Amino acid sequence: MDVLTENFSLYGEGFWGTVRLTLYSSLLALAAGVLTAGFRVAPVRALRAVGTTWVTVLRNTPLTLLFFALLLGLPRFGVALPFELFAVLALGCYTSAFICEAVRSGINTVPVGQGEAARSLGMTFGQTLGAVVLPQAIRTVIAPIGSTLIALAKNSAIAGSFSVVELLSTYKTLSENGYSVIWSFVWIAVGYLILTLSISALFHAMERRWGVAR
Amino acid sequence: MSPRFRTRQHAPAPSALYDIPGPRAQARHLLYGVLTTLALAALLAWVVHLLVTTGQFAFVKWRPFGYAGIQELLLRGLGNTLKAFALAAVLALALGALLAAGRLSEHRPVRWAGTLLVEFFRAMPVLVMIFFVFVALEVQPLPALVTGLTLYNGSVLAEVFRSGVLSVDRGQREAAYALGMRKTQVMVHVLVPQAVRAMLPAIISQLVVALKDTSLGYLITYEEFLHAGRLIAINMDYTMPFIPVVIVISAVYIGLCMLLSWFAHWVARRERGNVKNEAVPVAPAEAAPTMPGAEP
Repeated sequence: MDVLTENFSLYGEGFWGTVRLTLYSSLLALAAGVLTAGFRVAPVRALRAVGTTWVTVLRNTPLTLLFFALLLGLPRFGVALPFELFAVLALGCYTSAFICEAVRSGINTVPVGQGEAARSLGMTFGQTLGAVVLPQAIRTVIAPIGSTLIALAKNSAIAGSFSVVELLSTYKTLSENGYSVIWSFVWIAVGYLILTLSISALFHAMERRWGVAR
Repeated sequence: MSPRFRTRQHAPAPSALYDIPGPRAQARHLLYGVLTTLALAALLAWVVHLLVTTGQFAFVKWRPFGYAGIQELLLRGLGNTLKAFALAAVLALALGALLAAGRLSEHRPVRWAGTLLVEFFRAMPVLVMIFFVFVALEVQPLPALVTGLTLYNGSVLAEVFRSGVLSVDRGQREAAYALGMRKTQVMVHVLVPQAVRAMLPAIISQLVVALKDTSLGYLITYEEFLHAGRLIAINMDYTMPFIPVVIVISAVYIGLCMLLSWFAHWVARRERGNVKNEAVPVAPAEAAPTMPGAEP
């Protein structure tokens, strides 16, 4: 218990860093994921190819490799950004591929009649997708998106090894200051449990409120 | 996944999202296609330009890959990556079977223990477990990496096995009991064989996750593929060929993972046409993480 109370500000800083990483990366991943899902069902073949390539490559890339390439590679081209921004970029892009697949499987569950009705009203592809199909699709995939964002929160631990302030990396400072390693890890674990269970609870609540089972 | 909205790569696909394009829409789509291609080409050209102007294609930067010592270093790294993957995969499958058996047990304490372990290991970041074993228990990098990967993937696989067993048609179980089989016999001879065959795509997809996560060994100084790459990339003697190293390593890693993913899809396609899977729905080739605390 001492480990937590005596280093509360350190843990708080780390926890807040993880929350920030998760939040910003989630926003990026959701935006990029929905956009890519749109690409993957678009009438233009080149856009479909872009979407498919994006998803296939990112889903098969180890996240550590992505971090390695982005955080250590981009600075060599004179791209000097804070490490945290690089980490958000890596996490967001990686997760967007999984969000895209979740949204696309949601699009597949929307009854055909919805799209047909929208088209018969003269709606374009963008209107059909954006105003009719996507709102219904997303409501069916709230739970899978929640799982993906939980995975994102857990993956954010990698950022700590690339000089970003986050929860896992607090163990280094603590062990340097001579605190028990086991207990510092217990509190790190508790921090991650709080975060993942809150996201889980949030998405369960959202699913109860808006979810549709098909 | 229903095929209704599936768009084929070739042929104007029937999709409920847009009408079959007429002459004007075709011209417009062609224009969009050309614009997309041009934008991509411009992006690619810019990247290549950037690589060329910073001298990434210079001979000196690529020469190290011709040296026998460097090739050996990379191959040894790749070998270590595959070794960690093989160990983690075998142990995770065993642990998954054990935990699934626990969660499906008729004895309440066993069931609770299984549920608690599965939920805990799934909710923990795999890297926290790896670091805990590595730092707090002070073991070598390889056992630490394998332990972390086994605990995480084992508990995810337990859920895959469990949902597979539960999705076997009820009649199978009832028929087996009617024949006088005991519960272990029902499980071993009737339910598990069907569940595993149907879940094979999901199992292989989870192994892709394990393969990708072996790269976490880099963070605990396990001498795997990425680690070998970094050794070359920071070597002054070879003018620090970081970008060439990233290109080579990404190609190998992504290639390996895509091969395994493709295999999962192939198995899924094959099993879907298999008459032995009549009593159980075949899982799609996707590693789908479920939320902690969620009952599938």
